[in-house]
Amino acid sequence: MSTQPMIEVDHLTKYYGDFPAISDVTFNVAKGEVLGFLGPNAAGKTTTMRVITGFLPPSQGTVRVAGYDVVADSLEVRRLVGYMPETVPLYTDMTVKDYLAFMGTIRGMSRKAIERRKSEVTEVCHLEQYYGSLIGKLSKGFRQRVGIAQAILHEPEVLVLDEPTIGIDPIQVVETRQLIKSLGGQHTVIVSTHILPEVSMICERVIIIHEGEIVTVDKPENLAARLEATEHINMEVRGPTAAVVNVLRSVPGVQDVSFSPQADLKARYALVGRRGEDLREALAKAVVEHGWGLVELAAVSMTLEQIFLRLTTAEEA
Amino acid sequence: MRNIRAILRKELGTYFASPMAYIMAGVFLALTGVFFVNSVDQPFAEASVRGLLATSSFFLLTLVSPLLTMRLFAEEQKLGTLELLLTAPVRDYEVVVAKFLASFVMLASMALATLFYAALLAYYADPDLGPTFSAYVGFLLYGAATLAMGLLASTLSSNQIVAAVVGFGLILVFTLVDQVSNILSGTVARVLERLSLSAHFDAFNRGVIDTADIAYFLILMAVFLFLTIRSVESRRWR
Ligand SMILES: Nc1ncnc2c1ncn2[C@@H]1O[C@H](COP(=O)(O)OP(=O)(O)OP(=O)(O)O)[C@@H](O)[C@H]1O
Ligand SMILES: [Mg+2]
Repeated sequence: MSTQPMIEVDHLTKYYGDFPAISDVTFNVAKGEVLGFLGPNAAGKTTTMRVITGFLPPSQGTVRVAGYDVVADSLEVRRLVGYMPETVPLYTDMTVKDYLAFMGTIRGMSRKAIERRKSEVTEVCHLEQYYGSLIGKLSKGFRQRVGIAQAILHEPEVLVLDEPTIGIDPIQVVETRQLIKSLGGQHTVIVSTHILPEVSMICERVIIIHEGEIVTVDKPENLAARLEATEHINMEVRGPTAAVVNVLRSVPGVQDVSFSPQADLKARYALVGRRGEDLREALAKAVVEHGWGLVELAAVSMTLEQIFLRLTTAEEA
Repeated sequence: MRNIRAILRKELGTYFASPMAYIMAGVFLALTGVFFVNSVDQPFAEASVRGLLATSSFFLLTLVSPLLTMRLFAEEQKLGTLELLLTAPVRDYEVVVAKFLASFVMLASMALATLFYAALLAYYADPDLGPTFSAYVGFLLYGAATLAMGLLASTLSSNQIVAAVVGFGLILVFTLVDQVSNILSGTVARVLERLSLSAHFDAFNRGVIDTADIAYFLILMAVFLFLTIRSVESRRWR
């Protein structure tokens, strides 16, 4: 087994006209990993997935799947990928059965493999009841399942699922999440979502993307820890570090202070405070009262906080 | 080959599943029937399908071809299914060729149905089989070229009506260029005349199968299929 990542996205930028839907996005996905792609509406999730699947070319940067370039070796990439687009596009005048057979054929599966996998995915996605029905007559949730079924039909090396759990009922959502999770290990999976708890359930790693840029990459449990009722503040102060730390600690609401010395008697301080309280004024006052020089004072990653706020509220809805 | 066959089969299934195909076939046969009766039911009428096929080429193909092809790409773009089709390991030319063949099969089946009129003639009179045959060959070639034009139009919009209108316009231009050449003179006029669909069909209808005419239709078809492939490909370079 090589250590080469399955998917390598390198400084990817995609313009729609003059508008950069994603700019300078870089990340890797290891073989067998389940990666969550989390972000609010219009973050650029779908756009990134369209580039990875070879539907849209990158404007700048490169994307490789299993070492194949999505532009130069498009056909090889497409052979390896199973894709469920966000809108779950299906031929409404075909039956589920015929549709799966069609998708299997154009993905180069043998007739025998198609027969075998058709019944397997039908079972996994609970489509037995509608096997012979016209797709146009299925409900939204069942169409969604057909979309997932066609994506996993050919047992692709890489699976790209754009918001796979939208529109299906809660029981099925749980099953779908389990299904996606179980696909990891064998398959490399990228799942996009704007539901925060969903990624913690199914993903080993999460990329948070906002306005076309990666905000953070982390394990879901770390994200949760970082989110826990805390707020981060960075300060740069000129003064004796030990005394400064003591004074900062004494400000009500401050839970933890760490520092790293800088040149010129200055030091950078990272503070953790209670969420929902703005400590900045109190901190500034404490520093100035002691006659130290306040060089910088900033609340960290407001965007991240805001994104989380949106993500968590979206989940409630 | 396997991909082409799979997509062709899927497209034919869609044609036969939609009422549109039956309505069109019905209208086609009704109109060709009228043309047939008109061409036969007159003093000193000749026992031939010439009139029938000449009129249907000019009037029907201009209308029927864009109606047959308008759906082929426009609908896939509208439904978003093109995203799945183009992210499957299928070459763009395979998609285009398969869709073109599907529309051609539909057109050929309609033409086949008009053989009924030819059979009627053969029963009641003694038509010349040579010109009948050549007229059908010409009709199919004419059809192939116009279908390719309609297919290109279908890639240009996700709206079927727009696709049909653009295709109609394109075919009309190629049908009527020789009318323009009438008011011009010199080389331009001759070139325009050589470009006209109808001018090249005339010979077939007179019972003459000329390789130059065959080549004309085939080249026109190939050029438009090529443009269609480029149009589908273009999204990969945008
Ligand atoms: N075909 C297009 N033409 C022009 N702009 C587009 C196109 N597709 C997307 N955009 C823009 O690119 C940005 C990113 O869109 P994208 O669909 O990738 O977001 P997303 O993260 O998938 O959002 P959502 O959660 O709503 O699905 C948006 O501002 C959107 O308006
Ligand atoms: Mg999206």
